[in-house]
Amino acid sequence: MNSIYQEIILEHYKNPHNFGTIKDPTKKTSAANPLCGDEIEIAILFKKNKVEEIKFKGRGCAISQASASILTDFVLGKVKDDLKKLDKDFMIKLLGIELGPNRIKCALLSLEALHKLIV
Amino acid sequence: MDLKSYKSDFPIFKNLPGLVYLDSTATSLKPNSVTDKLLEYYQKYSANVFRGVYKISEKATEEYEETRKIVAEFINAERTEEVVFTRSTTESLNLVAYSMGRKIISEGDEIVTSVMEHHSNFVTWQQLALENGAVFKVIDVTNDGFLNQAALDMDKIITKRTKILALTYISNVLGTINPLKQIIETAKNINPKLIIVIDAAQAAPHMKIDVQDLGCDFLSFSSHKLLGPTGIGILWGRFELLDEMFPFNYGGEMIQEVYIDKTIFKQPPHKFEAGTPHIAGVIALKEAIRYLQKIGMPKIREHEKALVKYILKKFQSTFGKKIRILGPKEADDRGGIVSFTFGNYHAHDIAQILDEENICIRAGHHCAMPLHQRLGVAASARASFYLYNTLEDIDKLVRGLKKVENVLK
Repeated sequence: MNSIYQEIILEHYKNPHNFGTIKDPTKKTSAANPLCGDEIEIAILFKKNKVEEIKFKGRGCAISQASASILTDFVLGKVKDDLKKLDKDFMIKLLGIELGPNRIKCALLSLEALHKLIV
Repeated sequence: MDLKSYKSDFPIFKNLPGLVYLDSTATSLKPNSVTDKLLEYYQKYSANVFRGVYKISEKATEEYEETRKIVAEFINAERTEEVVFTRSTTESLNLVAYSMGRKIISEGDEIVTSVMEHHSNFVTWQQLALENGAVFKVIDVTNDGFLNQAALDMDKIITKRTKILALTYISNVLGTINPLKQIIETAKNINPKLIIVIDAAQAAPHMKIDVQDLGCDFLSFSSHKLLGPTGIGILWGRFELLDEMFPFNYGGEMIQEVYIDKTIFKQPPHKFEAGTPHIAGVIALKEAIRYLQKIGMPKIREHEKALVKYILKKFQSTFGKKIRILGPKEADDRGGIVSFTFGNYHAHDIAQILDEENICIRAGHHCAMPLHQRLGVAASARASFYLYNTLEDIDKLVRGLKKVENVLK
């Protein structure tokens, strides 16, 4: 099996994109996995129906933090309705790594937070 | 320094050459003699116990009961009938809470445990207290991972209203070996009626246990952590207490006589062993104990102590302050369990990268959330040892951790 710590994942972990906060977000939320201590806070700013800005802050394992970075990159500029369709399979494809049942929840944490932002 | 290797007795190392197994606190590997015995039962006398009047059932019963005798000797129980087979340490502890706890706990009574407990010796008592309006008291640990002067402050902790004191022998995270004999003696002096329950899941596989010398009332441990099959727990209890308690499960094998309006139960231990037990597992458990006894518990303890001394030294010289060891600083004070944090790296990333090198460690809170909260750590990595580990395993772990650093830094 290939390592899940691919260059691209490590790059996002070490230098996360969209890391920080938004001054006047449309909405902000958080998600956590108390079992392993992963935490993500996400804030989003919509202009009309489009994602104008999205920022996250968090701490936790490389997979949870890299996933948030990669997901927020993807989300920028997208329309709200398109974001509702994003699911587990999408996330696995986006990350391009094979994750076992124990690590998949790390990868899904930021998606869980995102869904809370677009309800 | 060189340590004897017992790896050749464990077939998994033949099947997975290069495996570095450092998670014996979760479960242990099995020697040939144990898996052979499991097969022997299934292939030669796989009948139910206690029921048949035919030869293979009698043979199965005899083998099953022989294990009870060997377990009783292993922990120096006064009577063989004091050994009850359950499914797990967890079930043994729940059995005491259910069958004894419900009988003796009422509103305003106190139940005491410590913050270093595994959830099975924590939640069990917390819930018993909540359900019955009892007071749930939790003994703290020092920053070094010792029970907070528990023995000295016992008169503040134990009162005449304390009904149960539940403590672990060895912490599954900190590795701390608690000075139980001293604690039990002090606690019983304050309240002679106090029931003392010991979780020996991490102790029984690694050091000599003597229930009479300890002076506790109940002690539980698991077969699978001491080289035996999974699915079997042991509960030892003083006979007069077991005799007074409610049964745990009702059904076959635990009854003497059943009428429309009443039932007469069997004597302990059978009173607590309703239903067909894990016959093969119990039978094979004695081979695990025989294997341990052939080597000798003091020798196993020394072997693990040498491993702990080595890893503490290696961690210090290789990683310095980047590694924070949880628990006591000296190998004398701890069993073969070393939990740690490593820089800012998350325990799951550490474990996953080590797995790429075939090194198995545990990551997370190890079923001890209150303890991790107390230590201010979300998750830790844990390496734990048994007799089949060698110094080379630790060298490989250290090399693996260097890789973790290279990948994540």
